[in-house]
Amino acid sequence: MDTTKKNSLPGPDDIYREVLPNGITVLTRSNFNSPSVVISGFFNAGALFDSDEKLGLADFVTSALMRGTKKRSFDEIYHALESVGASLGFNTGVHKSGFHGRCLAEDLSLLLSLLSESLTQPAFPKVEIEKLRAQILTGLAIRAQDTGDMASMLFDEILFKDHPYGRPEDGHPETIKKITRDDLVKFQRETYGARGLTIVIVGGVKAEEAVRQVKRALGGWQVKGQKEAGELPSLKLLKKTVSKSHKIAGKSQSDLVIGTNGPKRKDPEFMAALIGNNILGQFGMMGRIGDVVREKSGLAYYSGSSLNAGIGPGSWEVSAGVNPQNVKKATDLIVSELKRFVDDGVTADELADTQANFIGRLPLSLESNGGVANALLNIERYDLGLDYYRRYEGLVREVTRESILSAARKFIDVDRLAIAAAGP
Amino acid sequence: MTDSLTQITLPNGLKILLKEIHTAPIISSWLWYRVGSRDETPGRTGISHWVEHMQFKGTPQFPANVLDKLISREGGSWNAFTYMDWTAYFETMPADKIDLALRLESDRMTNSQFNADEVASERTVIMAEREGSENEPLFQLGETVQHAAFRVHAYHHEVIGDMADLRTMTRDDLYNHYRGYYVPNNAVMAVAGDFDTQTMMTRIRELFEPIPAGSEPSRLQRPEPTQNGEVRLSVEGPGATTYVQACYRFPAASHPDFFALSVLDSLLAGPSNLNMFSGGISNKTSRLYRALVDKQLAVSAHGGASATIDPFLYSITMTIHPKRKPEEALDALDKEIQRAREEKVSKEEIARAIKQARALFAYGSENISNQAFWLGYAEMFAAYEWFQTYLDKLAKVTVKDVQRVANEYFQNKSRVVGIYAPTNGKA
Repeated sequence: MDTTKKNSLPGPDDIYREVLPNGITVLTRSNFNSPSVVISGFFNAGALFDSDEKLGLADFVTSALMRGTKKRSFDEIYHALESVGASLGFNTGVHKSGFHGRCLAEDLSLLLSLLSESLTQPAFPKVEIEKLRAQILTGLAIRAQDTGDMASMLFDEILFKDHPYGRPEDGHPETIKKITRDDLVKFQRETYGARGLTIVIVGGVKAEEAVRQVKRALGGWQVKGQKEAGELPSLKLLKKTVSKSHKIAGKSQSDLVIGTNGPKRKDPEFMAALIGNNILGQFGMMGRIGDVVREKSGLAYYSGSSLNAGIGPGSWEVSAGVNPQNVKKATDLIVSELKRFVDDGVTADELADTQANFIGRLPLSLESNGGVANALLNIERYDLGLDYYRRYEGLVREVTRESILSAARKFIDVDRLAIAAAGP
Repeated sequence: MTDSLTQITLPNGLKILLKEIHTAPIISSWLWYRVGSRDETPGRTGISHWVEHMQFKGTPQFPANVLDKLISREGGSWNAFTYMDWTAYFETMPADKIDLALRLESDRMTNSQFNADEVASERTVIMAEREGSENEPLFQLGETVQHAAFRVHAYHHEVIGDMADLRTMTRDDLYNHYRGYYVPNNAVMAVAGDFDTQTMMTRIRELFEPIPAGSEPSRLQRPEPTQNGEVRLSVEGPGATTYVQACYRFPAASHPDFFALSVLDSLLAGPSNLNMFSGGISNKTSRLYRALVDKQLAVSAHGGASATIDPFLYSITMTIHPKRKPEEALDALDKEIQRAREEKVSKEEIARAIKQARALFAYGSENISNQAFWLGYAEMFAAYEWFQTYLDKLAKVTVKDVQRVANEYFQNKSRVVGIYAPTNGKA
């Protein structure tokens, strides 16, 4: 049992990391129990580069990368990919964009070729761009009808007023309509490059073979003058609680998001806040929030909390889906739970439960190639160290009731909350 | 995928499947009951799903507020699912903690309390769950189409049930449903992961053998009569997006034609992914994508079937392009269906579908919860052998088979077509 347990946690002896001469960082971990391979990664071309006028440009570019390259048409790309049951896709965040794909181990070189072509030689064919634009606009029309999405967007607008984090990465219909093919070409040419590109490969392939294949596919990529994103502006904290609602006629349920700012991933309070958040709105049946809103009051099917910590200031939010008549009642219950959390902190039993939960569930989150790939991405993105998951138990055990209370008081002030609701 | 598999049925009728996998220190345990919305009559729709919720409300040994904490404290992941044909409960735990899950499941097979206060608070939770679904246009459309497709068979209602029944069902209705169907002779226990089969079997026997068999649960005998003529319907609701769903009659998963239809599904709409814990692949080179999305009649087109005990539906769902009419997309769909019926597919297309299925199987096998899921899931509509031989059966599908099933199952006279027409803010 001990041997199986040790082997299940990635560490310096089984993660291979190499920085290629052109700046690409590769991390790999072999898993020969699996006949398949996952590739995942990120690069510095997120929505931070977007102007307000053309918000959604970074996302439009990632969506268009596989619509045709200088070597293959859209149909040829997907024919190659789907014929072997493989997948590859791109996504966009504020700071970075990313990719995720998988295939049978025998098809890794194909997947890397497609990744390379998409990143380095996208053709942005006009016809495909217009098809894609219609798809994006339809997606935004569907978003406008989604109470959860709209409550979440409104929450970000309140909490991150006049800050890039307050904008949706996928833009608005009016900004998407303004984006031209030239904008896409220019964005890719200026912001894409090997610097800042991290590629993770996990699965049934040897580390040296994986690196050799990455070198063959992307080792020669050189971009002069690759643009850097501007500095993140400082955050204006709320001076009082701001409550807004968005009406979507004809809906049966309202979505509610209530919260405040949270720590950055690299802040010293991060682990204490993460464990505190688990007690607040995740442990068991959605923690204290779930207990009060769902179990005791029967107000919601889902109600819990999340801590979103990244490169910059994060958010600490509670969400719930409730009958439109119960929005106020649910809001009051959630705010009073937040107050209790900040006033009294957590009990020794609650802390012990969550620490055991975090330590016990770690192997579960790392059993699949995708789970390990996410872990390696985290290690690289936040400089956690290759031994992070071997040290993890100790980091969890270091958290005390006092450190949770201190993190809660630093970030949560019940008189300065962002409250957003969307519904009929 | 077939090593170290043990199957046994206890004297009380509980079927047990065990599969040793020693790749990670994890065990996933699943308990499946043969009960779902197919066993429900009007007035009691949604009762199986509600009973599933009540199974988290505690027994004298594991009270409600203790139960979830115990599992979470040990680092476990657990949940339950109610479907048309079955209800399943799973716990995936660190290997040395699995005993808790086994004790919990043997206990709640017979000792759940169904306290009246808990029933009352769960009533509004489930109504909120339904209201959340009602917010979705595709739920509204899917529910209406399914209802039109099944006038007689109990597949006619959604698993969550009708609001009228959620308002009126009583604690005793729920408890009687529980006692009637939650018996060992109506259940399958499936465990996969890092254990020794002999030790695991001994422990399961200790915990489950003392539970007496119950009466054989009653089953509704209401097969759906033949549909003679296409049914068309429309649903109106908020939004700016039009959706179309076209549903064709499909056979039971245990029917030999299911495999040829799976190949046809891959060709038409991209391969359906039957794994519970592993995503699928894109479908941008499928025939329907090319005919509908590439031609800008729709912005997405997906198709898929469910593996069910009784004949159910193959559903094609299209999100219509904002500048097009749903009828234009339907015409293009009809042409593709006609093509599948009239023209032979190529051997390469069949080989491609098999490779896609092989890849999806490989992805699914990475995850112990998913492997344990398959052990029991396949038992619900066929037997585990169905899963073990799936790829071999696909490999035997011929060009002729695909054309024959296209003709037999893709007929307009037995389909239901539903259109979600957005009101664009107009009441």
